[in-house]
Amino acid sequence: MQNAFLASGAIAVLTGVVGIFVVLRANSFAAHALAQISFAGAAGAVLLRLEPLWGLIAFALAGAAGLGVLSVGGARRDAATALVMTAALGTGALFLVLNNTYATSVFSLLFGSIVGISRSAVAGTAVLALITLAMLGALFRPMLFATVNLEGARARGVPLTRLNSAFLVCLALAAAATIPIVGSLLVFALLVAPPAAATLLAKNPLQAVVLAVVLNLTCSWGGIVIAYYTTLPVGFIISVLAASTYLAARVYNERVRA
Amino acid sequence: MSVRLGDRVVLHDITFDVEAGEFIGIIGSNGAGKTTLLRTLLGLIRPSSGTVSIFGRPVRRGNRSIGYVAQRTVVDPDLPLRGSDYVSFGLDGERWGFALPSRARSQEIAKAIEAVDATDYADKPIGSLSGGEQQRLFIAQVLLQQPKILLLDEPLSNLDMRSGQEIVNLVARLARERGMTVLFVTHDMNPLTGVMSRVLYLASGHAVVGTVADVVREDVLSDLYGYHVDVVRVGDRVIVVAGDESCAHP
Amino acid sequence: MLVDPEVRAALIAGAVVAVLCGAIGVFVVMRRASFAGHAITDVGFTGGAGATLAGVSPLGGLLTFSVLGSLLISRLGDRVRERDIATGTVLTVALGLGSLFLWIQTRYVSEPASLLFGSIFAVQAEVLHVTIVIGSAALIALAVLYRPLLYSTISPDSAEARGVSPGFIGGAFLVLLGVAVAEAAQLVGVLLTTALLVGPASAATYLTKRTSAAIALSMAIGLAVITLSIALAYESYYWPPGGKGWPVSFFVGALSLAAFVAARAEVRRRRLSVLIDEEAE
Repeated sequence: MQNAFLASGAIAVLTGVVGIFVVLRANSFAAHALAQISFAGAAGAVLLRLEPLWGLIAFALAGAAGLGVLSVGGARRDAATALVMTAALGTGALFLVLNNTYATSVFSLLFGSIVGISRSAVAGTAVLALITLAMLGALFRPMLFATVNLEGARARGVPLTRLNSAFLVCLALAAAATIPIVGSLLVFALLVAPPAAATLLAKNPLQAVVLAVVLNLTCSWGGIVIAYYTTLPVGFIISVLAASTYLAARVYNERVRA
Repeated sequence: MSVRLGDRVVLHDITFDVEAGEFIGIIGSNGAGKTTLLRTLLGLIRPSSGTVSIFGRPVRRGNRSIGYVAQRTVVDPDLPLRGSDYVSFGLDGERWGFALPSRARSQEIAKAIEAVDATDYADKPIGSLSGGEQQRLFIAQVLLQQPKILLLDEPLSNLDMRSGQEIVNLVARLARERGMTVLFVTHDMNPLTGVMSRVLYLASGHAVVGTVADVVREDVLSDLYGYHVDVVRVGDRVIVVAGDESCAHP
Repeated sequence: MLVDPEVRAALIAGAVVAVLCGAIGVFVVMRRASFAGHAITDVGFTGGAGATLAGVSPLGGLLTFSVLGSLLISRLGDRVRERDIATGTVLTVALGLGSLFLWIQTRYVSEPASLLFGSIFAVQAEVLHVTIVIGSAALIALAVLYRPLLYSTISPDSAEARGVSPGFIGGAFLVLLGVAVAEAAQLVGVLLTTALLVGPASAATYLTKRTSAAIALSMAIGLAVITLSIALAYESYYWPPGGKGWPVSFFVGALSLAAFVAARAEVRRRRLSVLIDEEAE
């Protein structure tokens, strides 16, 4: 149980930070797509008798690369994201079919295995999280600049396409780190709604990041506790809590503005 | 009239009359309130105080006698829409269903396209055309509703100087030929000097209206802006500069 | 192959979805609403699944969820970033509920794969009939919305000045989209629906210069993709090592992406050759 809190704590921090940028860059679709794409990779790894986690990471990075390439000249970014996602999912379906044995390990990646998690898995997650956060730390300033002032950043020589690709890689790594814990269906919950709530309520970017982490921690730990007492699935509780934070923030904002 | 948006007063006590057939340049930098003014004239925003009337009647939404050439038009380079298809919205774009092709329709559309000298490229996908070519088609679209008033919101912003001047001359010619009143929003009044009768100078939500000679003067504009401005004349062009700093506003 | 009744049913179902999604998809691509399209498909499908679990009419659950989802997305988001967040939040709720339903069902079912990916070869007749009815209604609604929707998509400010409220027309479109694709998903699954919604339309909009032509081409490409996919899936039973059929969703996903990439490359090639010609002159 303690491991579950540790692991979800690490996840909450990671997704809180990455999520702020997902929200600011309007990249929610990419986040969702990468989660689905990674899942297909895990299925492929099982087929090849490898650890699902490797397939997860490989496909996540490949997906990030694919999205990066296809979004150059960006007018159809959303269509490209949808199509890469469905192609990957179809491939995942193929892997599942070609598997001779029933792949329980793959399905645990759908829902995550937060309660039964081992110490080594926590360590692995923490390492991936640290790498991703380090990358984000380096990218923080230019990405923020490009987000609020695209033309200005371009004029100052910020390498926008490389920045975009780097961010997608961060997203991919964050997804890969998070999925074994919370499951691919729900990694998305922590990347969008609570960070979005944070951006609505915070007054500056740093505040937003801190608030996003706090909200994610609340949803994750609160979710674990509630799930323990109601025996409902953890992922379901967390996603409902996460969505509510955004809706609550919207209501609050509209009341205050009006 | 005054206009409030949210808790900000965007336009303070603007009062002016426009005679039919006039060509008014509405000059101001971004944030001065130009778009708000236009949207109020279109009936899309209600003034918090005062009245706005067109031809003696209060403004309302969807008034066909006002032709609005908007500032931003989403033109995806790969949009499946020919120039002429775009123009055809001017006839009945807001009506339900879809239009059945007819000879009368095609002829009307062709005439509007001819009026703006765009016949050569109207059949190409609109996303593949240059800024000036697109701007002509935007105008052609509005001509189809046979407006009495033409509202143009920053039509020159993406154009080089020569194309910009061509558009101004086109609009002036069409206005004369069809007896239209023109309200031309831009931030550089120089291309308009030959054709406009009066200028409405907008700064921080306050306005001054009159002929160029009356309005574009240091005392009037300094009063409007609230700080000292210099009016520099270079040949027959005018540039308005703020105080000692060189933030030039043509 | 055509003798097999399952294949015939699959072909009909696929054709219905391809035509419906092909037409609506053109607007989805032009309005940059692929995320919303996918999300609402998921939302509606979850509603249908939940209703089935609860023993109520799946159609009712589907309609309620997809209309609610569309209205919520529409209400919560007008500008690009807000729309993105709104879609993401609604999708979060839907996925959460979906995982709940899946969790409930996997306690009784041992093969969640088919629940997730659907199987076009196991099409149910009643669902097919309902889909045809809803699909036809959706196409009629699209025809009625056609002009103001296109106008507002391309020139939202001009259209607004002419009396077309962008919020209203956008919301109406999302509701129409939601109902149509959610029902299609009931028939062939979320994956196929999303792929057929975005792929053929994105290819067609690259290749044509008139919207009506784009819609026709989009439907044609969709039909080609689904027919080819079903045929390949059928044949794959005989491919080595034999005995396992490759899923239709794999072919649909791959072909839809391929159509998009090919059309994009073709357009780039054309543009490049125009530039080269101009330089040569």
